[in-house]
Amino acid sequence: MPRISVLDMPDVPNGQLPPHIQLQKTRVFCEKNAPTHTDYVQHHGSYTSMDVHESLIENFHNNFKVNVIRLTSDVIEFDMIGIDASLANAFRRILISELPTMAIEKVYFVNNTSVIPDEVLSHRLGLIPLDADPRLFEYISDESSSSSNERNTIVFKLNVFCKDNDKRISVKSNQLKWLPKGSQLNSETDGGGNEYTSFRCSQDSPEFSHKPIGLKHDDIIIAKLGPGQAIELEAHAVKGIGKTHAKWSPVSTAWYRMLPEIVLMKEIENEMAEKLVKKCPVNVFDIEDLGAGRKKAVVSNPRACTLCRECIRDEGWEERVSLRRVKNHFIFTIESTGSLPPEVLFTEAVKILEEKCEAVIHELSF
Amino acid sequence: MDPQPEQVAYICGDCGGENTLKPGDVIQCRECGYRILYKKRTNRIVQYEAR
Repeated sequence: MPRISVLDMPDVPNGQLPPHIQLQKTRVFCEKNAPTHTDYVQHHGSYTSMDVHESLIENFHNNFKVNVIRLTSDVIEFDMIGIDASLANAFRRILISELPTMAIEKVYFVNNTSVIPDEVLSHRLGLIPLDADPRLFEYISDESSSSSNERNTIVFKLNVFCKDNDKRISVKSNQLKWLPKGSQLNSETDGGGNEYTSFRCSQDSPEFSHKPIGLKHDDIIIAKLGPGQAIELEAHAVKGIGKTHAKWSPVSTAWYRMLPEIVLMKEIENEMAEKLVKKCPVNVFDIEDLGAGRKKAVVSNPRACTLCRECIRDEGWEERVSLRRVKNHFIFTIESTGSLPPEVLFTEAVKILEEKCEAVIHELSF
Repeated sequence: MDPQPEQVAYICGDCGGENTLKPGDVIQCRECGYRILYKKRTNRIVQYEAR
C-alpha cells in the first residue's frame, strides 16, 4: 500500500470514503514481508466521522452473491461474494465437523485369521465412506445394542476366505454385503435367538430410500488374505458427526481462499514484461502486443495466483506490482466423500447454522 | 466350578497340529514335541469399536 501524504489527499464527495481508505477497508495487501490491512471493519458506525453511514445487513442483502465455478459429482467450487470471513469460516467448520453422515461404528467379529488384527481392521472399516443418505436416519440414542433398529443402524456383513491352495486375495469394499433386514448374528450369552439389532421392517422398502444402501467406492482394499485365512464379521453403521470422529466427516476437505487481485501500478513494457511473465510460476501474467514491436504486461489470470509473492521479491518490483486479496470474496471448495452431493452438503451446513442462530435467539428471548 | 475340567485345544507353534490339553498336562506338542503352544481364538463373537 503506497503511502499518501495528507496534503495530497483528493476531495471526496459526501457519503463516500477516500479511495485509499476504501481500498484498506476492502482489500488485504500482500506485501513482501507480510500482509497488511488484514482486519475487517464490521461496525456500522466506523466511518461516521467521514459522513459514511452503511448498514451491514442492508449491504449483505443487496450485495451477497454466489457463483458456482465448477460442479462435479463430488466437488463444488463456488464464489461467495459479500460475506464476512467469520461466516465463511463457520460454514467451513460446520461442513467438516457438524454435518452428520453414516459410518461403521461397531464391528462384531466371528472369525478373523488374517494378518491384520481385529482392532486395526475395524478401524479401517469405520473409515469406509458409505453411500447412505444420513437424513433418512436418526441418531442412536442409547449405547445398548437392543436399541439398534431400522431407523438408526445399517448392517453390513463380510464373509470372505481364501482357499488353502489359492493365491493371496485382496478383500475389497464391494465384498461388504448390506443386510437390510438387520443383524444375522445370534448372541450366545442369552441362549441364542437374540439378535444384535431389532429391525421391525426391512430397510430396502421404498419408504426408506429410492436406492439400495451400499459403499461409495467398490475398490477400497480392506484386507489381504493368504491361503487358509478367513474373515467373518458384521459391521454396524450409525449416524454421527465429524466432531466425534473424523470418519463421520462428510467432506474430505472444505476450504476457502480470498480472491486474489493483482494490479500493475505502472506500465510494464518490453523486456520487463517478459521478465514478469517468467517470474510467475502459475502464469498469472500475459503479454499484450502493442504493435510496432512494443509489448506490455497484463494480468490475465489473477485467480490462479497463490500469493507466492515471487513477482515482488526482487528489488523494485513491489512498486510495480500490487498483490491484494478481496476481503469479502471467498472461493469456497467442498470435496464430498459421497454420502451427499457437495452442493447439498453446503445447503445442509447453512441449515445447521440457521438452527444455531435460532437456538441463540431462543436462549436470549427469555 | 466344573467337576471335569474341559479339554482345550491348542495349536502347535512348530507343526501347526492341534493338541488337547488338560490342567496339569505337560505343555508339549504330541506330534513334534515342540514346547510352544498357542491358544485358539474364541468361538464367541468379539465386538470392536471402529475408531
